[in-house]
Amino acid sequence: MLAVAHHRKRRRMRIDIEVNGSRHSVDVDPSQTLLEVLRDELGLTGTKYGCGEGRCGACTVLMGSHAVASCTIPAQSAAGAKIITIEGLEHDGHLHPVQQAFLDEQAFQCAYCTPGMVMASVALLRANPQPSAEEIARGLETNVCRCGTYPRIVAAVRRAAAAGGGEARP
Amino acid sequence: MISRDRSEGASRREFLKMLGGGLLVLLVTRDALAAPALGARLTGADPAAPQIPGDVSAWLHIDASGAVTVFTGKVEFGQGIRTSLAQEVAEELRVPLSAIRLVMGDTMLTPFDMGTFGSRSTPQMGTQLRKVAATARERLVALAAERWHVSPNGLTTADGRVSDPHTHRSLRYGELTAGRTITATVNDDVALTPKAHWTVAGTSAPRVGARDLVTGRHAYTSDMRVPGMHYAKILRAPSIGATLASLDASAAQAIPGVAVTRDGDFVGVTAPSAPAAAKALGALRATWTPASGAAPSSRDISDYLRHTPAQEAGPGHEGGPTEPFERGDATAALTSAPHRLTQSYTVAYIAHVPLEPRAALARFTHEAGGDRLTVWTGTQRPFAVRDQVAQAVGMPNDHVRVIVPDTGSGYGGKHTGEAAVEAARLAQKIGRPVKLVWTREEEFRWAYFRPAGVIDVDAGVDANGIITAWTFDNYNSGPAAIRPPYTIANQRVTFHPSVSPLRQGSYRALAATANHFARESHVSELAHMVDIDPVAFRLKNIDDQRLRDVVQKAADQFGWPGTNHQAGHGVGVACGFEKGGYVATCAEVSVDHGSGEVHVVRAVTAFDCGAIVNPDGLRNQISGALVQGIGGALFEAIEFDHGVIRNAHLAQYRVPRFSDAPAIDVVLVDRPDEPSMGAGEAPIMALAPAVAAAIFEATGIRLRALPMAPAGIKLAAASGAGSR
Repeated sequence: MLAVAHHRKRRRMRIDIEVNGSRHSVDVDPSQTLLEVLRDELGLTGTKYGCGEGRCGACTVLMGSHAVASCTIPAQSAAGAKIITIEGLEHDGHLHPVQQAFLDEQAFQCAYCTPGMVMASVALLRANPQPSAEEIARGLETNVCRCGTYPRIVAAVRRAAAAGGGEARP
Repeated sequence: MISRDRSEGASRREFLKMLGGGLLVLLVTRDALAAPALGARLTGADPAAPQIPGDVSAWLHIDASGAVTVFTGKVEFGQGIRTSLAQEVAEELRVPLSAIRLVMGDTMLTPFDMGTFGSRSTPQMGTQLRKVAATARERLVALAAERWHVSPNGLTTADGRVSDPHTHRSLRYGELTAGRTITATVNDDVALTPKAHWTVAGTSAPRVGARDLVTGRHAYTSDMRVPGMHYAKILRAPSIGATLASLDASAAQAIPGVAVTRDGDFVGVTAPSAPAAAKALGALRATWTPASGAAPSSRDISDYLRHTPAQEAGPGHEGGPTEPFERGDATAALTSAPHRLTQSYTVAYIAHVPLEPRAALARFTHEAGGDRLTVWTGTQRPFAVRDQVAQAVGMPNDHVRVIVPDTGSGYGGKHTGEAAVEAARLAQKIGRPVKLVWTREEEFRWAYFRPAGVIDVDAGVDANGIITAWTFDNYNSGPAAIRPPYTIANQRVTFHPSVSPLRQGSYRALAATANHFARESHVSELAHMVDIDPVAFRLKNIDDQRLRDVVQKAADQFGWPGTNHQAGHGVGVACGFEKGGYVATCAEVSVDHGSGEVHVVRAVTAFDCGAIVNPDGLRNQISGALVQGIGGALFEAIEFDHGVIRNAHLAQYRVPRFSDAPAIDVVLVDRPDEPSMGAGEAPIMALAPAVAAAIFEATGIRLRALPMAPAGIKLAAASGAGSR
């Protein structure tokens, strides 16, 4: 409730943001997170809300080349940023190697965590194209799969690495 | 599984018109068929306008193009039944998997269903759908035989066609119905295809719709939007049972577009944008009167449950006998036993933490005959939630339609429709569609929990290592799998329901996890007491061959017990049976010498659930259950006092993460001649007691409370009793 009082003193502002290669000019409230702008303003609902405090990774997107928890990023601070979401991974109808690897390994159950897992894995492979199983586990530690498919996700990331997923766009 | 609501005929008739001609096969319960009125309706004087009675539990339609649509009230929550049920239909119908579409969990379009829980989808719905599909195939063969004036016995079916091998004629299923609507009801004795001949069922078919899962295209309830929709937030009490004393909503109502709805203690705000709704919630000024009476805390919950009996079993106490079970004379056998062991075990309340929190989208429409309400929501019991919503908004059940999009998990935690009811009430009040997505904190505070409990076990063993006496008293955790699978001559097994200070309900495997933790921990301790290997000790006391087999196979695969254990490592074993599934798990743990942190290094689980429908899907379920089980075994617990949940955030409530996952080895025991049973639950049961036994071997400490090591193990206490 204190936060609300605080927000009232700040103002809405228009930000320019590039998402999946498209420029958007969005009028955002100071209380809005990047996640809310992506989902509610731009209709990109592939990115999920899971905890609102950066502890589950369901909202992971790429900001520049880094994976970020979009639920913890105030939208106004994302002004000028280049964002890639799960919707931006496919090219010409072809899945990104990481998406394909998740499919090949059937590395999901309810799959609510999957978009965040895929985005975190894409960032991981860009930084480390041939990670060990331990490096994958460490790199994805903030992403939760409550269904417990972690061993398959590790296998999927290794498969994507073998397929050159680290060099693939974006 | 008989719907008592027969009033849905109208909308279903419209739906049938929409389906157009083709073959419609209904599965009707035998009792219903015996009723003359229904028999007349089904054999129908007017086959062009069939009426679907309320007693149908599944149905299937094949249209003129040969497309197969299957209707079932079950829901997909990640367990994979959209795929495995389709495999079973494809198998019996002799069509490729891709020809089949499942309509699931829609109270207008699908038959009544109690709900998706209790590992029933595979044994019950799977069997029913196989019969429906086999009946459809028989009917199509009969149609072809009539057309060709031949005996149906010589005709074959494959790839969506009926063929006559003698004349090389063949017709597609869609051609056979030739635009007519033909109805058939299922003959309960219809011959099903034996597993030896399966080509689609029994294979590791990838999940149907999987591409939409990896691209983010699949719309969960929380992703849905409709035009004119407003966003909702609900005012929550500061503590459980508090009542609203006063509310000043003036500041909230001053925000443009905001509406505040109050009905007793229920207060919700709606606004055209999510930030405006959040602001309005923050601007409400409420005072609350706390609940009166004693409020136990998570620290004294065990004593409270033991000493606060409830008159009858409640939510969370499903799935087992609530009457005491007695065989022989347990008291006398305990007294005369050469070796006797008495211990108490406890389990904490834990949260399901489905990654998709509760969500609902409610929309009213005005139609001839009155208002209609559609609610999209992720619930395991769409029909129960429909009735709940209808009651909340004062509408007839058949004017409310609940649709369950494939949902972001539940694990037994979404049997209810809180968000659906809340969204519906607000939508009714403001005359607009309303969407409500619970926050993670709301999910922690206002959903329900896996029951906490206390279990007392007293057992006697003779000089040969045979368990001769067994008493088992479970307070509040629940009666599921409460009776031992061991051959014990003298038993007394009792479930004692308690008054629960927290809202409790179903959780994956119900109380089977707690009962196996207590039972299997005790059995391992008995084996140690009489100095017999814990695998050998179990085999001495188990007659059931299928249970013996999973124990032996898990032990073999694990290399039990092994000799080259590293320092600080230990191994343990546990087994059990529940809901048609036989499970045995061998686990290896490491305990950090400095921090006392426990890590499950390796888990081998052998599992037998009859004839396997989808081996890869089954492995996924078993492996996932083991990982989820690690949370409840080692560190998950709800902390509370004064009616307040103290760890309602993922930063404070630890769930298993990548680093917690062990190396997992799953041994599938296929039983082609046994009925296919469910696998969503039983694989979780043996993990905790196997880990407990492994910790004992590594440290000499017996841990008898779940979670066992939320902050690591105090190794300095190794010389003590071990009970925390």
